[in-house]
Amino acid sequence: MTRTVALLLAGLVLALPASLLAGRVWIDPFDPTTAHAATILLELRLPRALLALVVGAGLGAAGAAMQGYLRNPLADPGLFGIAPSAALGAVLSFWLGIAAGWTLPLLALAGAAGAMALLSLISGRASESAGGGVALFTLAGMMIASLSGALMSLAISLSPTPFAMSEIVTWLMGALADRSWREVWIAAPLTLAGIGVLALAGRSLDALTLGEAAARSLGVEPRRLQALMIAGVGLTVGASVAVAGIIGFVGLIVPHLVRPLTDRRPSSLLLPSALAGALLLLLADVVCRVLPLAGGELRLGIALSLVGAPFFLHLLLRMRRGMA
Amino acid sequence: MMLEARDLRLAGRLDSVSAAFRPGEVTAICGPNGAGKSSLLAALAGLLAPDAGAVLLDGAPLAALPPRERARAIGYLPQSAEVAWDVSVETLVTLGRIPWGGGAPGEGQAAIDAALAAMDLDELRHRPVSRLSGGERARALMARVLATGPRWLLADAPLASLDLAHAAALIARFRDQARAGAGVVLVLHDLAAAMNHADRVLVLDRGQLAADGPPQQALAQEVIARVWGVGARWLGEPGGMALALTS
Repeated sequence: MTRTVALLLAGLVLALPASLLAGRVWIDPFDPTTAHAATILLELRLPRALLALVVGAGLGAAGAAMQGYLRNPLADPGLFGIAPSAALGAVLSFWLGIAAGWTLPLLALAGAAGAMALLSLISGRASESAGGGVALFTLAGMMIASLSGALMSLAISLSPTPFAMSEIVTWLMGALADRSWREVWIAAPLTLAGIGVLALAGRSLDALTLGEAAARSLGVEPRRLQALMIAGVGLTVGASVAVAGIIGFVGLIVPHLVRPLTDRRPSSLLLPSALAGALLLLLADVVCRVLPLAGGELRLGIALSLVGAPFFLHLLLRMRRGMA
Repeated sequence: MMLEARDLRLAGRLDSVSAAFRPGEVTAICGPNGAGKSSLLAALAGLLAPDAGAVLLDGAPLAALPPRERARAIGYLPQSAEVAWDVSVETLVTLGRIPWGGGAPGEGQAAIDAALAAMDLDELRHRPVSRLSGGERARALMARVLATGPRWLLADAPLASLDLAHAAALIARFRDQARAGAGVVLVLHDLAAAMNHADRVLVLDRGQLAADGPPQQALAQEVIARVWGVGARWLGEPGGMALALTS
């Protein structure tokens, strides 16, 4: 496992500087005459690259924790309904015409916090009824997701101007274009805190490998674990949606790619998944930036779903053969 | 060093069950389907809060014990052989160290090695659980419980999916653990296994204690007729008895 971590770290160390040079304007490090090179590097590409690392790390770690919690390789951090709730907050800021500066990410974080509060309320009740805790809790999360989705559609269909509607739809696709240091300052501390909280849940997630009853017999407290999961997934996913919109499939794919390289315990998957998520998003964002596309650049969320959907299908087919 | 159920009640499942368990003994819990065997075992393990009554460990209420301390004292082997991720046997057994703050490779290695050895798993240590046979998987899950080093071993139908030889081997391991001083409580469907290998048998019937005593007495033919509703006769010598249905 330590070798996996070292390899991923090496990959990041190589990919990060390289990613800064690629884009609409290619920067030749040995030719200092490129116009505005310093501005492009420091004000555009560096925050964007760091944001890719932060968002990717958060989604990767949240996905690994989620799969451990649900004991299911098909689980995704979106299942708790935190991403759609955060998106709902962001959509509201467009709807109200105040989506500038800090308000969009802050409203999105408020949406995520709302979903977290609702989940905590439900989890208190869910764990009172013996057994069925995880399943009931997850169903509740999916209901929150569907409710937020419906409210989001409502907001879009009632949007005050066609311009606002197109802004909303574009934003929902998820991207890292035109982000600044502000987004980095919002997402980085929250994501790091979230990953830290998920790491605290590591042992309990390991115990869940044996099923809920055996995990409890090993001293796992379901309420504490639920609280850690809500906080950890809420912070990481909420922060990522607030600064980048909805970026799917990272949380699903990354733990899968990494799992065979570890001893397969959920806790030993967390750090490698965070690193691999960071690397995946960094590379995907570079691809989006350099792909020639009429009318702008490919949206990161679309690009990842284009790759992610076939991967998901492949996974399902493999599981049917009992190999996953 | 006692584990005691005092007047346990659980709506629809247990009705005023009292029993004290002693270390060094193998106690079998028997009864027809739905009699409340698994509920009693889960309550003894502290996993199921009774509506009334209490489980006492060394005279103190089990429910008041911090979960981690309870987990160190009482090992519980659930009926399901679920292992969600395809970990190696050694990693699986390592999970048994979680109540001691371990659970990462290298921690509590002596206890892990001892548990692997006790279950004859040394050669399978690095094999993924998906490539184990049913009997090997049962042994690996058992080793996970032993790695904790609990004073009490509670197992729910541990022989259910095992063939004759593996069941006999596993029950011998339980006897070894009892001989070493652990208290062993097993839910058993196989009445002959209970008759031949348990020191004591509890018979549950519709949530109530129908018999409690040495196997010869608790599993006497008239008890079987009354609780299971079938005529049956014991054949053979003590230690190697078989049950023949007569009606």
